[in-house]
Amino acid sequence: MKSVSADRLVKIYRKGQVKALDNLSLDVEEGTVLSVLGPNGAGKTTVVRILATLLKPDSGLATVCGIDVIKNPEKVRELIGLSGQYAAVDETLTGWDNLVMFGRLYHLGKQASIKRAEDLLERFSLTDSARRPIKTYSGGMRRRLDLAASLIVQPKVLFLDEPTTGLDPRGRQEMWGVIEELVKGGVTLLLTTQYLEEADQLADEIAVIDHGRVIARGTSDALKKQVGGERLEVTVEAKNIASTIEIVSRVSGNKAALDETLRHISAAVSNGSQSLMEVLRNLDSAGIHPLDIGLKRPSLDDVFMSLTGHAAEEVKSE
Amino acid sequence: MKNAIFDSLIITKRQILQLARVPEVLIFSIIQPVMFVLLFRFVFGGSIASDQPGGYVQLLMPGIFVQTTAFTLAATASGLAEDMKKGLIDRFRSLPISRSALVVGRTLGDSLLNVLVLAVMGLAGYLVGWRPTSGILKISLGFLLLLLFSYALSWTGIFVGLSARDARVVQNVSFIITFPLTFLSNAFAPTTGMPRPLQYIAEWNPVSSMVAACRSLFGLENRFGATANSFPSQHPLAMSLIYMVLIMVIFVPLSVRKYKNSSN
Repeated sequence: MKSVSADRLVKIYRKGQVKALDNLSLDVEEGTVLSVLGPNGAGKTTVVRILATLLKPDSGLATVCGIDVIKNPEKVRELIGLSGQYAAVDETLTGWDNLVMFGRLYHLGKQASIKRAEDLLERFSLTDSARRPIKTYSGGMRRRLDLAASLIVQPKVLFLDEPTTGLDPRGRQEMWGVIEELVKGGVTLLLTTQYLEEADQLADEIAVIDHGRVIARGTSDALKKQVGGERLEVTVEAKNIASTIEIVSRVSGNKAALDETLRHISAAVSNGSQSLMEVLRNLDSAGIHPLDIGLKRPSLDDVFMSLTGHAAEEVKSE
Repeated sequence: MKNAIFDSLIITKRQILQLARVPEVLIFSIIQPVMFVLLFRFVFGGSIASDQPGGYVQLLMPGIFVQTTAFTLAATASGLAEDMKKGLIDRFRSLPISRSALVVGRTLGDSLLNVLVLAVMGLAGYLVGWRPTSGILKISLGFLLLLLFSYALSWTGIFVGLSARDARVVQNVSFIITFPLTFLSNAFAPTTGMPRPLQYIAEWNPVSSMVAACRSLFGLENRFGATANSFPSQHPLAMSLIYMVLIMVIFVPLSVRKYKNSSN
């Protein structure tokens, strides 16, 4: 069953006539994680805002757990949790204050709100800082508290809009840990990110979007295959470049590419490790000692590059 | 409906909690009006001639009370703009709560703060010679009127806060509204000294009606320069109430609609 479905969404921002969404369609199977991957301005936040009932599309349909987000936003709000790009909590209040307040707004009752707040603080390792104002928190702690606020009532579907943007590597690792725990708990998750490794790490499926359209969709592995299989890469000293190109081209059966500044020779190969050994043997008998040699699977950066013909560049307005 | 009220009160409670967590905000929102009381009392008090028994301070205090409550507009507007900037509004809007709770709760909270501010100002006024003579009932009615006025203006603040796209603009816009509004009135000086066109504006200014109504509720006969035969100066209390209803009728629906569409 599809927990989230967006069908041909169009959204044009009046100011500047920016087409934020251009017939965008996507869906998330129940209990799975879909990562919406794209550069700034690709339309990620706009999709999330529409699905979370904050924004109305100009046309198209969207449902969460089968409920129309445009016709029945109140019902949808009872089923979702949203954690945005910025930590949307009251910074002057303490972590405890915030969670209790949100609990009460979900009509949990006073005691239940306090209980829930304390459970969540514990679960996200924030108990020690519970009584401090949020503005004294680190970036990672804020995000965790924000995430906790979206979990007050166990949501059926969770939307995380760039949950780790702006975090340092440690904060990001911690956030990933927390998200992975949630996913194990069975929540359906739609996560947007501009970090390719984040999508790779967390998602079952990835939808690559650019200029308001889904340009590719599939598992991380499938996307990588779409770009081409493995590549063999060799780095050699300058005097050996010509003969190495000859060897790599012959073994792989493909034309080897050369990066002159890095003295880096590469070619697509069909049966990776066998080709690797073959190239090594040939280099050895030619008396060439490679500085570096290996097989490389394409990164999601490569995926983006080959899908759009441009790097994951930023578009001005979002 | 019951939920809507409950949700609004939770938001109001949030604002009170904010004041408890950052008491500086409370302290400065009290110091500022007290400073105005002292400045006007001792800087202008000597040079503005009034034949008022008990002196200028009797006329001044209602003026400063009204001015302070008018500044609620700025407080509401900038508080809301801050919530928008931080993304907090989106969080509230994604919750299954009554959509108007956030704005209703804020207007209540901002007006509630005025209870404390007015009490401290009244005390400061008393210390520098303010002596209302009308008895406890009328004095209480005067303060009630002030609170209602601040509540009405708070809704204007919601509209301003939601309309401006940048939190820094909100502060400026609020001051551009409230300063002429409070000074182009009978609050601090008689309107008779103003050029003729300004006198008309001052006479029909809601602030003038409020100030005159408060003066009368606090036991003063002299309404300080309102032209005796104009309708607002004859019926300041009625006019004040009419203005408040008018403000609410215009700005409550406008603000609520603006809030609902605030991200479209």
